[in-house]
This record gives sequence, C-alpha cells and structure tokens, in this order.
Amino acid sequence: MPIQTLPTGQVAWQRRTMPARLARWFGWLLGVLLVVQSWQVMNADTIWEFVYDAPAQAGDLLVRMWPPRWSVLDQLWRPLWDTLNMATLGTALGVVLGVPVAFLAARTTTPSATILRPIALLVIVASRSINSLIWALLLVTVMGPGVLAGIIAIALRSIGFIGKLLYEALEETDANQVEAITATGASAAQRIAFGFIPQIMPTFAGISVYRWDINIRESTVLGLVGAGGIGLQLNASVSRLAWPEVTVMFAAILCTVAVSEWVSARVRAAII
Amino acid sequence: MLRIRGLSKTYRGGDRALDGVDLDVPRGQLMALIGPSGAGKSTLIRCVNRLVEPSAGEIVVDGAPVTGLSSGGLRAARRRMGMIFQEYALVERLTVMENVLSGRLGYVGFWASWLRRFPQADVDEAFRLIERAGLGGMQDKRADELSGGQRQRVGICRALIQDPALLLVDEPTASLDPKTSRQIMRLLVELCEERQLAAIVNIHDVVLAQMFVQRIVGLRAGRIVFDGPPDALTTETLTEIYGEEDWAASSAPEDDDEDDAAAARAAALRLAETAR
Amino acid sequence: MSGAAIRRWRPPPLIANAWLRLAIYCGAALYLALALGTLEVNWARVAEGLVRGWAFVAAFGEPDFTSRWGEISEGMVESLTMTVVSTVLGVALSLPVGLGAARNLAPLPVYLACRGIIAASRSFPEIIIAILFVKMFGFGPLAGMVTLTFATVGFMAKLLAEDLEDIDEAQVEAVRAAGANWAQVMVFAVQPQVLPRFIGLSVYRLDINFRESAVIGIVGAGGIGATLNTSFDRYEFGTSAAILLLIIGIVMIAEYSSGIIRKRLQ
Repeated sequence: MPIQTLPTGQVAWQRRTMPARLARWFGWLLGVLLVVQSWQVMNADTIWEFVYDAPAQAGDLLVRMWPPRWSVLDQLWRPLWDTLNMATLGTALGVVLGVPVAFLAARTTTPSATILRPIALLVIVASRSINSLIWALLLVTVMGPGVLAGIIAIALRSIGFIGKLLYEALEETDANQVEAITATGASAAQRIAFGFIPQIMPTFAGISVYRWDINIRESTVLGLVGAGGIGLQLNASVSRLAWPEVTVMFAAILCTVAVSEWVSARVRAAII
Repeated sequence: MLRIRGLSKTYRGGDRALDGVDLDVPRGQLMALIGPSGAGKSTLIRCVNRLVEPSAGEIVVDGAPVTGLSSGGLRAARRRMGMIFQEYALVERLTVMENVLSGRLGYVGFWASWLRRFPQADVDEAFRLIERAGLGGMQDKRADELSGGQRQRVGICRALIQDPALLLVDEPTASLDPKTSRQIMRLLVELCEERQLAAIVNIHDVVLAQMFVQRIVGLRAGRIVFDGPPDALTTETLTEIYGEEDWAASSAPEDDDEDDAAAARAAALRLAETAR
Repeated sequence: MSGAAIRRWRPPPLIANAWLRLAIYCGAALYLALALGTLEVNWARVAEGLVRGWAFVAAFGEPDFTSRWGEISEGMVESLTMTVVSTVLGVALSLPVGLGAARNLAPLPVYLACRGIIAASRSFPEIIIAILFVKMFGFGPLAGMVTLTFATVGFMAKLLAEDLEDIDEAQVEAVRAAGANWAQVMVFAVQPQVLPRFIGLSVYRLDINFRESAVIGIVGAGGIGATLNTSFDRYEFGTSAAILLLIIGIVMIAEYSSGIIRKRLQ
C-alpha cells in the first residue's frame, strides 16, 4: 500500500511499499552481480594485449582494405546470382512447407489439438531456434557443399518464421466470418478456403516478402560454411588475407541487402 | 417446419443458457425472439444449426432430425437453414458475388469452389438475388467497401441462395441506423412471404419487432415466458421479460448502447404519432 | 433485364491490367526456369549424403551429451555469458543512441550521427561484423561479445527511436506546461510511454543474442558455435544433436519466460 498514515497523523505517499522497494533493490543487485560474474567468466582467457592493440589493428585493417580491388567484381556476378536464387527458392520452399505447419499449429484450424498441434509447434520452435548458418553447416556436412544445401538451409529456417507468424494470424482471424461460412454447410476444406484464407492473405504476403528480405541477407553469408553464394568468395578472400577484395565484397553485400530491403518495403507497402 | 423439444444448453463452466425450450414454427411464419442480453436468444438459434452443440433436446427441421446427425449429414442439414448475422459476418476481403456464392458451398465440391467455378444456375440465381436486394451492379465490389445496410443485404442474399426452408436471423438490425433497420426488416418480411420461409429473428428492438412480425416469443434466463401475437405484448409481459422499467416513458426497451437507445426511442415516438 | 442472355461471372483478377499481369507471370516463369536451370547440384554427392543425413536424424534419437561434455559446457557457458553481457551493454548504449535518433527530440546533427550508427550496425549480417572484430580483438568470446553488443545497439536504438517518434505529444506538453525541465519531461512524459515495450524488446533481444551467439563461434568469436562446428567436422553427430537439442531447449525456456515477462508488463 503506497499510502500510509504516519504516527504524526499525516498521510504519506510513496511510489512503492517497503518490501517492494527492497525486492527491487535486491533484483537490481542480483542483475549487476550476474553481469559482473558473466564478464569475468567470459574474459578468463582473454589476452588483453590483443585487445589494447585493437585500435591499431583496426587502423591497419582499414589501410589494407583500401583501395578496393574492383577488378574482382567480374567474378562476383555468378555468386550474387546464386545468392539471389538461394534466397528466393529457399523462401519458396519454406512457404510451401511452412503454410501447412501453420494450419496444423493454429488452434482455430488444427485437425487435432492433442497430437498434431504440439508436433507442429515443436517443428516451429526447432526451426526458429537454429540459425540458417547452423542449418547450412549441418547440410553441407551431410550433402556436400553447394547451392542446394543453402536453399534447404534457408527453407528449414523459414518454416519456423512463416509458420509462427502465420499461425498467430490464423488464431486472430474474425470468428464471425468463419462461423457464417460454417453455417452454409461448407466442408472443413471449404471453411479454410473461404473463411480463413481471404482473411490471412495480406498478412501471408507480407510475411513471405519480409522473410525473403531476411533470407537475402542471410544467404550472403551462408557461403562462409560452404553453402554457395557470395559468402564462398568472401571466405576465400578472408583466408587469403586479400583485404582489397574483401572491401569489394562488402560493398556488393551492402548493395544487395539495400536493394532487397527497398524491394521488400515497396512490395509490402503495395500490399497494405 | 421447425420443431424444438426440451432443448437445453449448459456451457462448459456451468452457465445454463437454455432450459427445456419447446417451440414450433410453421412454414411461412416470421417469428421474433426477444429477451434481455444473455437470455439465450443467440444460443437458441445457434443450437438449431448446431453451431452450438445442444446439451439435451430434440430439433426437427422439415421432418428431419438435426440432433444426432453425423458431420456429413449435418452439412446437408445446414444447407436448408440460412443464417443472417448481427455484424453481417461477410468475408470482408471477398467480393459481393463471392460472398453470395459462398452460400452454395454446401452444394458444390471443394475444387469447384476453390477455383470459383460455380454452376451457371447458381451464378444466375446470385445475380437475381443481388438485384432483388437492390445491389445491382455491385457484384465485383469488395465487401469491406460497402455500407452497413448494403452488407446486411449481401448477408441476406447469401442466406437465400442456399435455398433454405428456414431462416435463422441473429440481431439483423443491431448495427444499423433506424431507417436502414426498417428497410432490412421489410426486405426480410417480403422475402419470407415470397418463398414461404419460416424464420426466427433475434431482435433487441421490441417496437421494430412489433411492426413487422406475426408472432413474438419472449425468452428470459433460458426459458420461454411469452408466446403470442405482437399486440398481446403488454407492459406486464415486458416487465416479466426484461425486468422492472418505466415502459410508459418510452416504448423502446433499455439498450446497452446509449445512442441506439436514443435512436430507438425517437423512432418509437415517431411511430406512435403516425399510429395516431 | 438481361433476359435470356447468360451472364457469366469470373472473380476480378488480382492485377487489373491484362498486359502487366501477363508480363509478371511470364517474368516469374522465366526467372524460375533460369534459377533452376543454373542450379549446379552434384546429385551423386547428395545421394551419398542421404545415408549420412539419416545417421544424423538417428543421432537425435540418442544424443551424446557425455563424451564431449567438457567442450559442450565450456561453449555453453561462453555463449550464455556473452549473451548476458552483450545484451546489458547493448541496451544501455542504445538508450542515448535511440534518444539521439528520434527526430522529435534530438537536434539534426545528433540525429544524423545516431542514425548513421544504427545504419552501420544493421547493414551487415552479424557474422561479417564478427569476422572484423575477431581480426581486431583476437579469437575468443570478447570479439563475439563486442559483435553482439554492436548489433544490439542498432536493433534496440532503431526501435526505441521509432517509439519515441510515435509518442503522444499531448502528454509531453502537459508535463512541460507544469514547468518541468528537459530531464523531468523525459522521466514523467516520455519514459512511461515507451518503457514497457522497451523492456519487452530487450528480453526479446536477449533471446536473439543467444541464438546468434551459437553462430558467430563459426568464425572464431567464441561460444557454442565453435564446438558445434568441430563436432560436424569430426562427424560426431551424437554430440551435434546434443548441442542442437540444448540450444532448442534454452531458446524454448527463454521464449516462454520472455512471453510471461512481456505479458506482465502490459
């Protein structure tokens, strides 16, 4: 109770009660302790000489990265095309696999709330927890390096993203519209086709384009673990310490990401 | 036409919405169901097409039992019952024509409906109904572009294209202004007469009900407490249905929404003058 | 009216202009053909991989936590500590940057500088930033922590700035009219409007940082990613499965608890 009567008869107001204030202070103390402890554990093996050296290293890196070796650009068109394809085909595959998962996961549309829904939710969580780079790492180990591993990695990561956002949209649909369709004697499939799909269509298109945008960004680096695209070249140049080439690749990645972001923003604006 | 015997509904959590309702509605009769919010009006009509599963009782439409049907049989039964909703419940992002044709979903297969390839006879009927409802030329407008009155007309078309024997109408005028409400009620009355349909109309506005229907049933706490012609509805029976209120001060019942209540009261006054 | 004439009906197409529609469909088909046509897949290698893939799936049935537990636990501790420190630091740093990047609160030069920081942090994927920081700070979790902090600043500052630009000006005016100075306006009019969402986003970012910490280890920035990478290289799928299951488990716990925290804030 923030209001209390003092022995003098005055009524005092405080924002929080004594125990609440104590609890908050204790919480803050624990938080600070956790951060300090984490810092110490994390830096147990840090060689601080390297860290003090960092500004000099950064300067050195900048000097070596300049001027960019623009001639390397000629070798980048094909990897950029691969990057685009990995993102686009991966997104398409992710949509194809993610949409059914979303329908199974949504409380409003799932055919079985006790068995299929938990499985679908598990698929979504697993897909979302694991970054596409890790999926790529796994797939490159399994099926060898190449664009295909990248496409599948992108798709596997997209399932969770699309599945989660879409099933949330499905659970937020207007129940009246669906009820009206049910009342006409429509079958379960028709209920989905007429009651749910028109309602989620704009969200669905928005989610897909947004994920495509993220996937372009992610597929630029999948090559670092051997899954094709411009990351492959980047990895080669970094390991050869060919910094002037790295600059050009950074520029290429930056442009690709900027263009995809622009396209995605335009398309999403057009949909809404 | 419609026969209800001993219909009860207890919701999970113990709310008893309906308690042993017996009701018969003959062919061609427009019946108004009145009662305070929470009296079970909505539950009653949703039990008839089993959007709400009844706990006990028997429902027979056109000689065929509805209770105890399998899902396939229930779909076939639902085709014979058109439903009209309070908030129109149109699929907002579909066109007027698609909304009207969605009333045929119980008759066509999935792929035909998915590809929007409805039989030409259905399309003809849809055009006819759209024109009958005064929406000619609007078939390709999206439902969310329409006004409230227009949407409700689309809702009526969707129910009628089912070729129903029975109409279930849930608060058709609750979201409409007084003038549009009367137009919609008139349209319903005319259509029921044309097609000899039985209809149950849930309605808040007692004055409006008295103007248009042949029979009024009053529901209170899940039980029928009045059943008779509109002019038999007295102050005493209104009190029995809705509870204590100065009915002489205005002939309109208390409404949740202040504005609606005021509008209804104004309409009632005007009505009283014209009657004199 | 229409008499005997049959009135056909087709739903109106999504794209009204017939030529544009055709062009878009053809363009999409052409792109798909080109993309699939230039796809270079070594099917023999893929077929060979299926066996290995199955071995991996089977490994999820019996994940091996024990034989490399030392490395796993070390990697996990690094990941978790990196996550905590970088989130706290990043959120703290994002406060001034976010304030500076709100057009309605900051003067133009500050605005441009802060927007520049945000753009720099958001343009590149985390892993590329990690490559640079590893070069600068040497291998180990410190480089990873700096990477995640940098990314957190961009993420949080951008969202904070957007929230600040959307605040209800009437509340600011009311407090200012009561004679409050700049700091008082911040505390009494601005902070209550943006704080709940900001805390919610911080918790969400904690979750993201943990997931990212599992990745940047691949380029030497510390954390569980390095352990995972090694286990794949050695084809020790049992260990890989164990690590992935741990990541999924921790993310699930984090998401569940952040859901509770965010619900309590609203």
